[in-house]
Amino acid sequence: MADAIETNQLRKVFGDYAAVKGLTLQVKQSEVFGFLGPNGAGKTTSMKMLLGLIAPTSGEASLLGKPIGYREAMSRVGFLPEHFRFQEWLTADEFLLLHGQLLGMKKDDLQQRRDELLERVGLTPFRKKHLRTFSKGMLQRVGLAQALLNRPALVFLDEPTSGLDPVGRRLVRDVIREVRAQGTSVFLNSHLLSEIEVTCDRVGFIQHGEVVRVLDLASLSNGQTSVTIRVSNLGAESLNGLSQWGREIQMDGEFVHMIVAADTVLPEVTRYLVSQNAEVYSITPNRTSLEDIFIETVGKDGGL
Amino acid sequence: MSAISIIGRLTFREAIRRRIMLAGLVLGIAFVILFSIGTHFIFGQIARNTAVNMPSQMAANVMMAETTNGFLMMGLYAATFLSVAMAALLGADTLAGEINSGTIQTIATKPIRRADVVLGKWLGFAWLLGLYVLLMCGGIVLSVFIQRGHIPQNLWIGLGLIYMEAIVIMTITLMLSAAFPALATGGIVFGLYGLSFIGGWIEEIGAALQSDTAIKVGIITSLINPSESLWKRAVFEMQSPIMNMFWGSPFASASVPSLLMMGYAFLYLLVVLFVAVRIFQNRDL
Repeated sequence: MADAIETNQLRKVFGDYAAVKGLTLQVKQSEVFGFLGPNGAGKTTSMKMLLGLIAPTSGEASLLGKPIGYREAMSRVGFLPEHFRFQEWLTADEFLLLHGQLLGMKKDDLQQRRDELLERVGLTPFRKKHLRTFSKGMLQRVGLAQALLNRPALVFLDEPTSGLDPVGRRLVRDVIREVRAQGTSVFLNSHLLSEIEVTCDRVGFIQHGEVVRVLDLASLSNGQTSVTIRVSNLGAESLNGLSQWGREIQMDGEFVHMIVAADTVLPEVTRYLVSQNAEVYSITPNRTSLEDIFIETVGKDGGL
Repeated sequence: MSAISIIGRLTFREAIRRRIMLAGLVLGIAFVILFSIGTHFIFGQIARNTAVNMPSQMAANVMMAETTNGFLMMGLYAATFLSVAMAALLGADTLAGEINSGTIQTIATKPIRRADVVLGKWLGFAWLLGLYVLLMCGGIVLSVFIQRGHIPQNLWIGLGLIYMEAIVIMTITLMLSAAFPALATGGIVFGLYGLSFIGGWIEEIGAALQSDTAIKVGIITSLINPSESLWKRAVFEMQSPIMNMFWGSPFASASVPSLLMMGYAFLYLLVVLFVAVRIFQNRDL
């Protein structure tokens, strides 16, 4: 099956400024791909090129196996733009109907899908209200519903949680998980690292218009997990026994630090400590945070 | 439903919902009422004067008929100007505004052609302007008909040409709106309209003074923007032959734009629409 997104040396030059220098990346089917980078790194320009809003200066790209700008592919793509403004003189109902019609959806299917999505984003009570009366968060929700109308195979979300309260952010996160489970690929542009960390399978770091690193987030916790154990009544011999699960074992008062191969060994470690008559208060895996990697990758100055 | 008709309906509905049409309608009705009150008193006074001053009843009748038609043309001239202003107002913000606000992004990423967006908007505006021109010009014609029982000759040809003038201005505006911000678009459109208007006068006076150079200047401005020549042809069609002999007024045509010029105006319209589509197709959104 074709990749959801495939680009090769995609480049965009405005005047004598290269906003995107050479974007090469692949997003697989049913994958949530996070697009990370400092402000002005070329994230939005890249996304707009993929969506056919901006013509690339050179390079090539395909969506769902079709070259970008191909109309047939766009009927299977959803898009929630950043700082979006919609036809605010429409009601939520009319707005979704309009976008469904533009997608070429059949009337019955569209009405059913609209009702379903309004319910999912919690806007059913406001469906007859004009969008100009909506708060920023409500607009973001109706925008998300719009992006999912056609049950897209690939959905682009540009800063989907901006302007949302914690409840709304949680909603976006849950919706992303749901559509991914249904086989949709998600291309997520966000500067909220914590959000990327919990929702994405992989992230691409972009800096100065180039992908500088692609990271499998699952690998963050595999092989590199450092663990902090709060424990008392632990003898030196028992402490040495921990070496069968990890390395770099250090004791600091009632805290033991060690690095384990994967956090799947932690239950075993717990059983071992209990069998050694140690009093275990807590075991905390310290995942290397995405923030650390972000700073390490783009530098403290954010690549300015 | 095709994408063009979806966008067309949306455009129509937007103008209604955002009360642009309502504002135009209220002002338009006020204009027709004012015109009716004014001409009511003027026609009464002229009728009394001609009855006293004219040598014969027939001369008085001819004078009255010509005056009536003259005032009708004046009213239509103002209605045409308002229609042109409406055309420019409707078109100026449409693409420019939606590109600027980003509203266009969710539309342009749908499985539709960019040409559908431009053509749909054009169609929506063409509908709106049709209603507006019919209301404004129809109101003036009806007012004069009720007062004097007078209907100008070739009424439908005349109204059609006035409508086409509004369409030409709207299409130019749409094209500029695809390339420039709304304010710049409005400025350029009124500039072009002014150019065509002045050119029309120069041609008119040139024809009266038999200055070929002045006529050429007029023709060149008509080639740049044929909107004024459409009005002048409309006047020629609706004006009585006697009144057409008077020169030097926008309500009468001394230098009548040829049918060739009308054909040119139609071609011009198509080319401008085509260019509007091309600009929008090649533009980064």
